[in-house]
Amino acid sequence: MLELDDIQHFLMARPHAMVARYEFLSFKDPAAGRAWLSGIIEKVGVAGAVRAASETESRWVTVAFTFNGLRALGLDEASLATFPDEFRQGMVARAEVLGDTGANHPGNWIDQTASPQLHAIVILFARDIAERERCKQEHKQFVMQCGGVEVLSSLDLAATPPLDYAHDHFGYRDRLSLPAIEGLAGDEPTPGSGHALKPGEFFLGYPDENGPPNELPKPEILSRNGSFVAYRRLEEHVGAFRDFLRQHGETPEEQELIAAKLMGRWRSGAPLVLAPEKDDPALGADRQRNNNFDYGKMDPHGYAAPLGSHIRRMNPRDTAANMNRRRMIRRGGTYGPALPEGAPDDGVERGIASFVGCASLIRQFEFAQNVWINDKNFHELGNERDPIIGNQDGTLEFKIPKRPIRKKITGLPSFTTVRGGAYFFLPSLKALRWLAALGKSN
Amino acid sequence: MPDKSTQDDWTKPAAVAIPKGGFFPDKVEQGRYGPIFPKTPACYGFSIIAKIIPGREENFYEYGRNLAEGVTGTPDLLASLKLHYLRWNLFEIKGDTYFQYMGIFDTDFDKYTEDAVAIFAATGRTTVFENLEGFPKDWKTNAGAFIKFMRDHQCPSFMEYGEYPYVSADEIKKALKLKAAFSNMLDQMQ
Repeated sequence: MLELDDIQHFLMARPHAMVARYEFLSFKDPAAGRAWLSGIIEKVGVAGAVRAASETESRWVTVAFTFNGLRALGLDEASLATFPDEFRQGMVARAEVLGDTGANHPGNWIDQTASPQLHAIVILFARDIAERERCKQEHKQFVMQCGGVEVLSSLDLAATPPLDYAHDHFGYRDRLSLPAIEGLAGDEPTPGSGHALKPGEFFLGYPDENGPPNELPKPEILSRNGSFVAYRRLEEHVGAFRDFLRQHGETPEEQELIAAKLMGRWRSGAPLVLAPEKDDPALGADRQRNNNFDYGKMDPHGYAAPLGSHIRRMNPRDTAANMNRRRMIRRGGTYGPALPEGAPDDGVERGIASFVGCASLIRQFEFAQNVWINDKNFHELGNERDPIIGNQDGTLEFKIPKRPIRKKITGLPSFTTVRGGAYFFLPSLKALRWLAALGKSN
Repeated sequence: MPDKSTQDDWTKPAAVAIPKGGFFPDKVEQGRYGPIFPKTPACYGFSIIAKIIPGREENFYEYGRNLAEGVTGTPDLLASLKLHYLRWNLFEIKGDTYFQYMGIFDTDFDKYTEDAVAIFAATGRTTVFENLEGFPKDWKTNAGAFIKFMRDHQCPSFMEYGEYPYVSADEIKKALKLKAAFSNMLDQMQ
């Protein structure tokens, strides 16, 4: 069964953290990288312990490596060659496939994640800002001790107010549609979410929806209980988003409806398929109800949730084939200060910095980017991309089906811009120890 | 390649000559599994030509019957491939038998390649490709190897023509539904 004492907690259990810090690291030489790793392993949280949610548990650190990072630790070429092509190439080389062109091009990224020198990410979760500052200082000291480890960039994350539920800077409720994992106690799928998925869809070494595991990186100790993770730093243009709502809605109610049409849910989380006319915040917050719908039978023409709306693209439910081979686990949070309602855009960068966890980047993450988010002809729409996270250059449109005649918004602005990104491998605890010991016995 | 404005005009038949190799060098779009063959007035498509393992002809006829039965029983069996037409042939060159598989569809094959593999796995009590020389034995679990075989055996067009260029199968079905609805409306008005 699932080896919860070996799998890093990151994709499986959320610690009770309100803040986090990401640090992007480069190793000057293999020994420095391994020294850093050896020292930090004891802080890395495993799924079992974090799920147990003990009040004193604070081993919440997450560690993952790029392909260049595995090489920088001293992993041999024969083993490196067993990793999948897309991971070996890295997110920068896959830019065109992912739609990272124009303003989203890696050449414009600001956090050095596009650099071939990026080797690792360490994520420090903390209960509050004071605790994060303490962890930050401790890690800074530790990095200095290691010598030969450089912090390329870092990012502080904190939940945006109001803090009673998770949402992004645009105000959309987040964490609504997450896949359940078979065999993970307490992880029951919510009504309408389909069955719990085989763990091999997310964790290497387990059966997936297609059968037994195959084609895993070698050696087994390195790949087993690991996952691939795609990092995306997305700036949210809150001022432009609010201007757009005002431009297309005369009253606050009309503006809320436009926001809902772009997403396919009201900002409260209530799905348009179940609440087409009016927001229903109680429905939005109710996990037993807020995913209990389909599209094929309940909204085939998109009169409630437009065919090109964000949630119809990211999870087409019954309107796509092989859905269970395309699911992903999303993690991450918001960064930058909240922009108060009514305030003009202050030009400060704010957004979401998120991770997509899966067993196959090409089959899961890249498929979603390439086919669901950025295919202009998704659902025969002709000239649209995802209105929230698609590559928008001002030439595309967004169609809102409506009787008798649809509403067509032309020249959709871009509400988000990719500011950084990378592919990481998230090893198990055993694999971390094995990597730290490279050059010694093996 | 025609620009977007001419692509929207289905009333004007269009033809496009394609350079040797199948790509327009200045407009090669990258797909997840490599460069994507361009969309033409005849939509997307492929022409796979491969030598069959000697003595296996009957398997192809049997598979044809199987697939036909499958589609009859489950008409939306191949829906996710966004097809217009498929044509399968067997022919001989110098005593060797070759299989030709031509498809016209509305999405580049790379987009749905894993779905295609899944469909072949689901419909193929056996798959006909297993009777081709060099077809990867682990195709069911190795989408990458499957698509590499398809790419290696793709014979790109040097010219494609569309009488109603770029129109998708869904658009055609919508137009026919609209026609049927109007006929019905006119009947009701009598």
